[in-house]
Formats: sequence, structure tokens, C-alpha cells
Amino acid sequence: MSYILILVGCVFVNNVVLSQFMGICAFLGVSKQIKSSVGMGAAVIFVMTCAAAITYPVYLLLEKFNITYLRTVAFILIIAMFVQFVEIVMKKVMPPLHKALGVYLPLITTNCAVLGVTIANIDKEYSFSQSIVNALGTGLAFTLALLMFSGVRSTMEHSDIPAPFKGVPATLTAAAIVSLSFMGFTGMID
Amino acid sequence: MENKGSVRGEFTKGLISQNPTLVGLLGMCPTLAVTTLAKNGIGMGLATTFVLVCSNIVISSLKKVIPKAVRLPCFIVIIAGFVTLIEFLMKGYLPELYDALGLFLSLITVNCIILGRAEAFASKNGVFASALDGLGMGLGFTLALFLMGSLREIIGTGSWFGIKIPVLCDHPMTVFIMPAGGFFVLGMLIALVNMFAGRKPPKEISCHSCPSAAICKGQCKGETQE
Repeated sequence: MSYILILVGCVFVNNVVLSQFMGICAFLGVSKQIKSSVGMGAAVIFVMTCAAAITYPVYLLLEKFNITYLRTVAFILIIAMFVQFVEIVMKKVMPPLHKALGVYLPLITTNCAVLGVTIANIDKEYSFSQSIVNALGTGLAFTLALLMFSGVRSTMEHSDIPAPFKGVPATLTAAAIVSLSFMGFTGMID
Repeated sequence: MENKGSVRGEFTKGLISQNPTLVGLLGMCPTLAVTTLAKNGIGMGLATTFVLVCSNIVISSLKKVIPKAVRLPCFIVIIAGFVTLIEFLMKGYLPELYDALGLFLSLITVNCIILGRAEAFASKNGVFASALDGLGMGLGFTLALFLMGSLREIIGTGSWFGIKIPVLCDHPMTVFIMPAGGFFVLGMLIALVNMFAGRKPPKEISCHSCPSAAICKGQCKGETQE
């Protein structure tokens, strides 16, 4: 039951993009077309889940040596190395998948949502399986936001909006409206 | 790079003409997340400035030592080191601000502004110029955060730095300190900047300032514009 609560909480109540403000750069940069949104979303779900699985034992190790303050350094290094590693392996083993997702992989290293999830898992004192569910849910939430926005943005491309609002300002204003509607989920889980 | 040699130019470009947040559209996540109060905005901005100046100095002095192929991981480690430092300092001296900023203090590590400046400026310029560039960009970021925080605090709570403003504090529009208000205020601010800039600012995040540009070589743009 607690897993379902974590999952629903991540995707709807505390949506990573719309209420936690993580991964906004990728959100503004990539959410232009449905195809690229799906690619980026899939890459993020994959990297996030794996990163949560790897950083959990690493944190236990840091705890053992009483150097938990090094977690930011350790986690970002692990994520950067993991992303690079996945890219190399994917290029060799699964060229079609690399062609579809490869472009988005480097962008993920600097996506604050990935580092954010791994640190949040520690702060919330989740167990190993809870961490993975949380990471998976956050990835899904990111993909949901990206997908929703690729729809909104492709419609906005063809509409006549005042010149200063074109591009990012219009997207942010639209995000405000969607974020407002996501506030309706507040209180579903306390 | 731009304005090479001019000390004032290095410093002032980050404040207004190339303001990282409102013109460069970088570092959006902390801009939206911590600006519910003007005080938090300034705290976050100054913390980022500290990390930016220090990492710029270290990276520009090590630019000949760091191999080109592994420079991004090297930059990230240097930045993360300084982030850990500021986390300690803030926890010790400003515990209240430390709690308010929370997760986003650690996330300075992946702030696109810092990695972007390391890649675009510090790895190509001298120590002094890089320090000035970092200071200018950092203060520009602080300025934007302060502006956002003030607007949201005044409209959303009817006070400024905790001081109540008559009339406004009787009718606070709480939505402005909620996530939706953050998106809205930032959208309006960028639109205002676009309007007064009189020239065409970048409509989207350009490869010039993207920290991942070196690896992706503009492929992300090609993919999205298909």
C-alpha cells in the first residue's frame, strides 16, 4: 500500500516538474514535440531508477565510514559515470535504442531531478524498494509533464501570441495554469 | 570571449545584458523553487555566487591540467566540492536559511549556470577575468532571484522581508507563493525583459550556454526540429 501511495504522490500530488520545480531546464528545452518528449522521458525514467538503485548502497557505505557529507560529490559522480557507461554500452549492444535515446542521455547528467531524487530518498529515509518506487514515480511524473506540454506547445506554435510572450514566457504561463490544476490533487495524500 | 580585456565589461555583462536567468534562461529550477520569500531568494543567489566564483577561479587555474576528454566530470567534482563547503557553512551559521533552501542547496551542483560558465568562460580565460565573470553572473542571478522573491512575497503574503505592507497584507493572494504563482511571475518577468530589451533575446535555451553542448553538439536541437 505504501508503494502505491509513494507512486501516486510522486506523479500527481508532488509532481516533480509542476510542484517541486526540478528538471525545468529539460522541461523547457525538450517538451516541443511528442516524439522527443517520449525519448527524454524514457531516458529519465531509466537513469533515475538505476541511479536510485546504485546510490542506495553507496550511501550505506558512506554512512559506515561516517562521511555522509560527501553524498553530493559521490552521487553526482556516480550519476555522471553511469550515464556515460550506459551510453557506451547502448551504442555497442543496442544501436537502434541508442539512436532513439542517445541524444538525451548527456542532458540527463545535469538534470537536477535525477540528483534531487537520490538525495530526497536519503532525506526521507526510504528503504531500498521504496527508493526505487519513488525514483520510478518521479520519472513517470517527469514524462507526464513533458508529454502534456508537448501537446500544449505544439498548439501554441501556431497561435498568435504577443511577441514578447513567444517561446519560454508563454510556456511558463501555461505551466502556471497546469500547475494550478495539479493543486487540485493536494490533500489526496497527506 | 566577449569584451575581452575590459574589466568592467566582464563584471557588468552578467548583471543586465546577459543576465543568466532572465536573458539566458538558465538556472530555472532554483529560480522557481526558492523564491517564495525575498530573503530565501537572496540567500540562494549569494550561495550560488560563492560557488560560481570559487569554481570559476579553480577551473580557470587548472584549465591546462584538466584533460579535455574528461573535463566535464572534473568540473562537476570541483563544483560539488564547493557546494558541500557552502552546505556546511550555512548549516553552521544560518540554520534557518539552510532549512528553507533544503534540497536545492545540494542541487546548486547541477545548476546549469555554473557548469555553463565553467565550460563557456572559465575553461578559456584567465583567473582574474573568470572570477569577475563569476561574480557578475552570480550577482545577476541573485538580482533575478531577489526580484522574483520580492514580487511573490509582496503579492502572496502582503509583506516584504517580514515587514507587513498596509492594505496588501489584508488581502494576500496566496496562490503567488504556490508553485503556480512561481511559473506565472517568472513568465511575466521574462516577457517584460523581452519587451524592454528591444532586441531579440534567445527564445529558448541556446547551445552557447548549455552545459551539455560539448557532448551533444546541437543534436538535441536537430532532433526537436525534425
